[in-house]
Amino acid sequence: MKIALTGLNATDNPGPGVPVARSLKEAPSLNSDVIGFIYDTLEPGVYMENIASKSYLIPYPSSGLDNLFQRIEAIHSKEKLDFIIPNLDSELPGFIRLEPRLNELGIKMFLPTTEQFNMRAKDKLFNFCSAHNIKVPKNVLINSLQDLYSSQKEFQYPVVVKGIFYDAYIANNFEEVQSAFDKMSHKWGLPIIIQEHIKGNEYNVVALGDGTGRTVGAVPMRKTYITDKGKGWAGISIDDKNLMQISHKVIEAMKWRSGCELEFIKSATTNEFYLLEINPRFPAWVYLATAAGQNLPGALIKLALKENVETFKSYKVGTMFIRSSWDLITDINVFEKFTVNGEL
Amino acid sequence: MSKYMIPANLAVSDTGFLFMPATGETFTLNEIGRKIFKLLQTGNSEDQVVKDICENYDIDAGTCRKDLDDFVGQLKNYSLLNEL
Repeated sequence: MKIALTGLNATDNPGPGVPVARSLKEAPSLNSDVIGFIYDTLEPGVYMENIASKSYLIPYPSSGLDNLFQRIEAIHSKEKLDFIIPNLDSELPGFIRLEPRLNELGIKMFLPTTEQFNMRAKDKLFNFCSAHNIKVPKNVLINSLQDLYSSQKEFQYPVVVKGIFYDAYIANNFEEVQSAFDKMSHKWGLPIIIQEHIKGNEYNVVALGDGTGRTVGAVPMRKTYITDKGKGWAGISIDDKNLMQISHKVIEAMKWRSGCELEFIKSATTNEFYLLEINPRFPAWVYLATAAGQNLPGALIKLALKENVETFKSYKVGTMFIRSSWDLITDINVFEKFTVNGEL
Repeated sequence: MSKYMIPANLAVSDTGFLFMPATGETFTLNEIGRKIFKLLQTGNSEDQVVKDICENYDIDAGTCRKDLDDFVGQLKNYSLLNEL
């Protein structure tokens, strides 16, 4: 089965493409052949052995969906793709819109609906959680400088200042909030989210929902090493029934369809879990779930093929991942070939 | 005379390596810590632990009691020990 996927940017802020590919290759009966969809010629996954049998440069969805569709159509005419897994948040709305056209070509995907995608957006999450009795840090949406000044009394320091798509800063006073607001509004646009800062440890859950409210599988993890960018560089699968219960509740309430990552913080004062974010795709540490006994990317493909997929009942607690940095060596001719021809 | 129990899900290995499955935290005990932890785990009171340690190591009861209090405090702080 030919499965194209994005997110092969295995950098210090890694995309999930490489661990998804690795999982697919280990999924029994899939017999998968991974094709890389690449946005940048230096995405490391292109040059790694045993990941993608072939890689193609594709245009960013922001350059126009017709452009992207035509490029995929051209690749499909050569490769006869069966499936595409988009692994990056920013490309998902585009792929959701392209799904009917790609289906017509015979290419399947297993994506959330636009409504589900929007429901978990940073500016909507508070309302979703409040409506379903799920604990979430208080937040204020800031749409202008005037909002920023007028909302000063609504929060106590420190606060977390978040961009609508990426980035988060902890601000200890109003001057720091202003500085973060300036940086992020220029970079990511408005609104900016000012969120209550909950002190405690971070816990993450990778999960797969089948679209009916069922959680097909879920594995919780605690980051044991965090980079200065806040990315987990090592982690361990854990066993916490409360965390799993809340995760199942979220998937059920959203009828989530596809892979996702739920980010929580456990309050050091109350020991309660607060939902911080829902990322609408598998995380870069998804291979930990595969290694612990739940091959969620493999199960996603089977769901899309409408095969009967049993709910995973368990996983191995205490499975660890430790990310590493490894210099891949290649020749300028290889890079030249990829850059000039757009495929490798 | 305090007695303690360890949390039900705490994994304790013979090497003194402790793993809390609920939080993913790990801890390492040295030889004496391992011995004390084992004594507390098997239902011995703090007085019994002090007696055992003083019989087997070159330490007076007062110093041993003080060190044991510190150690038990740390274990409780990390939720590795619950008072019965």
